[in-house]
Order: sequence, then C-alpha cells, then structure tokens
Amino acid sequence: MHILNCSIDSVIKLEKNIILLKIKSPEIASEIKPGQFLNIKVSDSYSPLLRRPFSVCDREGDFIYIMFNIMGEGTKILSSKRRGSKIDILGPLGHGFNLEGDYDTAVLVMGGLGAAPFPYVVREIIGEKEIISITGGRNEHDVITYGLSNIFVATDDGSMGFKGNVVELLKKNYNSIKNKKIKIFACGPSAMLRALQEFALENNIDGEAATECAMACGFGICQGCPIESATGQDSYLLVCKDGPVFNFRDVVI
Amino acid sequence: MMKPDLSVEFLGIKFRNPILLASGTVGYGYEISNFTDLNTIGGIVTKSLSLKPRKGNAPQRIVETPAGMLNAIGLANVGVEVFMKEKIPFLEKYDTNLICNIAAGSVEEYAECTRILTSSSFIKAFEINVSCPNVKDGGLIFGNDINYVAKITETVKKVSSKPVIVKLSPNVSDIASFALAVKNAGGDAVSAINTLVGTSFNIWSRKPHIKNVTGGLSGPAIKPVALAKVLEISRKTDIPIIGIGGIMNWHDVAEFMIAGASLIQLGTVNFIDPGASAGIITGLEEYCVKQKIEKITQLTASYVI
Repeated sequence: MHILNCSIDSVIKLEKNIILLKIKSPEIASEIKPGQFLNIKVSDSYSPLLRRPFSVCDREGDFIYIMFNIMGEGTKILSSKRRGSKIDILGPLGHGFNLEGDYDTAVLVMGGLGAAPFPYVVREIIGEKEIISITGGRNEHDVITYGLSNIFVATDDGSMGFKGNVVELLKKNYNSIKNKKIKIFACGPSAMLRALQEFALENNIDGEAATECAMACGFGICQGCPIESATGQDSYLLVCKDGPVFNFRDVVI
Repeated sequence: MMKPDLSVEFLGIKFRNPILLASGTVGYGYEISNFTDLNTIGGIVTKSLSLKPRKGNAPQRIVETPAGMLNAIGLANVGVEVFMKEKIPFLEKYDTNLICNIAAGSVEEYAECTRILTSSSFIKAFEINVSCPNVKDGGLIFGNDINYVAKITETVKKVSSKPVIVKLSPNVSDIASFALAVKNAGGDAVSAINTLVGTSFNIWSRKPHIKNVTGGLSGPAIKPVALAKVLEISRKTDIPIIGIGGIMNWHDVAEFMIAGASLIQLGTVNFIDPGASAGIITGLEEYCVKQKIEKITQLTASYVI
C-alpha cells in the first residue's frame, strides 16, 4: 500500500466514450493483483475533495491501466489529463480475485463498466484456463469488449447479441458448459450480481464478485462501505478492506 | 533561531505537538499507522466506543458534498471489551497519548464504559461523545440538552480520575453555555466541533444519498463554522479547547490555535491524505520560525480582535 505521485503515460479514448488511462508506477504495477483497486486524488483542490476508487483494469510492465466513463466531476478531470500529468494514487487496495484453484473454465460475467477489471484477469489466466467472457448492457453503446477473450454479448434491447441480460444468457447456455469445472468471476450492477449469485449458489458453482460501494478512505478507517456478511452473524464486512472481491458464499449482495 | 518547541502541556499530559488524530477517522490506529508514524504526533483519539459492539448503519453511509462529506456510520465499533483485549496491545507499542472516545445511549452506559476503560493505564484521557448526529438512542439528543451534558460529565468524572474532555455539538444555538456547563460539572476540556447535521438528495430518484437520511458534515466546508465556535468558547469561558473541523494543513492548525485551541484534531483529511501530519508538523515549525514564536503554546488564543 503506497501513496505515490504517478505520471500519466497516455489517455486512450476507446469507443463509446470509455477512457483508458495508462499510468506509470513500477511500485504499484509490481504488486497489484486483478480485482484490487486504486484510490485516486484527481486534483489538489477541495473540489472534488475525496479520492475516487477505480479497479485496476490491466497491468503491463511498469504500467497500470484504469478504465472509466465520464460520470461526474472526478472522471471529467481525469479524462482531461495529458501525458506527463501527475496524479496522486493510493494503492494497491483490497483483495482481488482468487484466480488459483480447482477449475478449468473461467466464466467472466460483466455488465456495462463492470468490464473494467477483466482485461487483467484475462492476461493472468489466458493459456492456463479456458475463458468465456459474457459482457452486456442496456444497448449496444453500453457493451465493452476491450481486453476480453471468447466474447458473448447480451443487450437488454437486443441491439447487439442476445436480447436479455448477461445472467439470462449464461443460464440459457449453462447446459453446454455444466460438465466443465467452472468458476464465475463477476462485476457489474448490484441487481446483476444478486441474480448471478443466486444462480451460482443454486447450481453449486464457485464464484466471486467484485462489488462497489461509496467510500472515502479505501483502507478501512472511515467505515463508510459496509456489506452484509452471509456468515449468519449479524455483521458487516467492509468493501474496501475485506473486498472488493467476495466469494458468493460470503456476502449478501 | 532555535527549533521552535511544539510541545503542549494539556490537562497535565505532555503532548509532543498539538496534532491529534480525530475519533472516527483513524479506527483504532492500526490502518493509519501505515502512513503516519504514531510516535511523531501528539496523540490519537479512538473511534467512539460503546459498551456492546455496534454494527452501525446500513449503506449508503457516505456521500461527498462541496468541499466536504456527509457520513452516517452509526457508531460502528467493537465495544469496550474487545477494544481492551484486542486493540490496546497494538497501540501500547507507541509512544503517544491515547484518548478514548466514548458514546453511549444512557448516563449509566457512559459510566460503565468509563469504569471498564479507566483500568488501562495507557489510556490518558476520555473524550465523551455527546454529539453524534447519526444514532437514534442518545448522541445528539444528549448533545442538545445542556442538563444531560452536565449530568454525563459529572457522572464520568466520578467514575474516573483521568481527564474528561467533552466533544460538543455545533448544532446548538449557544455553544459557549454548553462549554461552561461542562466546566461547572467538573469537565476538564472540550473538543469543538463535532459534525454539522446535513443531507443531500439524488434529484433523479428523489431519495437522500444517505440511507440514514441525514449525516454529519465534515471537511473544509465546516472550517469557518468550527473556528467561530472555538473563538466563541474561548472568549466566553476559560475551559481548555481542542479544535476540530475541516483542518487540512498547517495553516488551518495555526488558525484554530489563534482562535483559542490548545490542541487540534485531524479528521476528514485522514481519509484523503493519511500521512498529512508530517507536512503539518514541518509547516508549523517553519511558521513559528517566521513568526518568531519559541513555544507553540504562545499561539493559543492569541487573536487580535
């Protein structure tokens, strides 16, 4: 866990208003795992005041990547950065995906910008595990395919790929993959993750979800990001410190 | 000129410098110790402790607002017993002053918490939270009632011989009268201020961002309010003051001390820059040299009005 003033190498505009920021940081690049995140102070001013959390999108040598779309003030400032601009990064933070283990097929399920952590996941397991990427959104403009492998698309309005959501697409095709040893890795809106969690638990499929929650510090001191524990004890875990990636068995999404 | 003396003698306790880390912004010291060497600051104030563990409020607990943030954590904490058993041993490794913040739902619970905690010799003082705006049982209700504030102060003082600091709510019309009530009830000092009650809405869903509907506003947005409250207490009473509210840098620290604070607490800044104290201490030293101040205590209540 470091606080570092890092240089931006490039601001890459992907299609559909998605921005990919390439940042030089040998320290963070050498430590960060897929699914972990960075808490970034986008400017020195009090507006915005707090850091902004971003999951790591990819890693390549001394460089790390984050992916975002322009939603508010923080992402607007970030998108206007130029090569050589400095940003203040706190990270790596949290626990990432557990990519080890007894499975041969990784089913990556994502909705909209939930695709952000998966290029790094793909980079880590490609060649070792079979990969199925199921990506989707409300319509074709929401669908992100960057850095994925073996891609299947679902859109709510049917403008691209399967008409329906990503969980429905997985359910529809589950029979064809159920003989494999699969593990699900997911990221996206809460409703999507809940539906996926229910399906995975019912079918006894191992899986993990990268969750999100409004937070301030990113490392456990503000206590701002609780998520209900599924252990039966009436208690919260923290998204920032105990997550953001949780096994489906461990939390109530 | 010699290096200025930043140390402060406060309630009979020696503080290396006037920088404390505020309750609710540093947990029990463990996580922040990755960024701030606890041996270099004046002290640390724990997350509010209650008699039994508290789960805290449902999310969303936090939202950013202009130059500030709202929080409604709901006093999530491990409870006094787990704190004594599992959290103090870590803090004992440091040469720093530990102040325990206590929050309770009744006068008796304040007394019981104090009774349990006072047995630890490592705890130097208590900060009584009568002003948490985010829980229904107690908290702000006590903080708004001057008789309750006096009663709690008196009760806690009877249970422990350690100094008692009462953290005051800014959500009252006359904060100086509350400071006076604390003093008359035997309290040793006040912390001013706790957060201001605020809210914010999502205009598309028309729902409040914070599940608890309202939260406590903190950060640079509240600094002028906090300074005015510290000044008011300083001008109307002689009770020692710990200043808190939106302090981000050494300049803010100097301002709070000029307004009347003997010590200050860093709060929201810990979420953004958990190592902020190092730069603040250097900045204060340089400021003292420029101002020809030999002892930083000379700054307290040195306002020219």
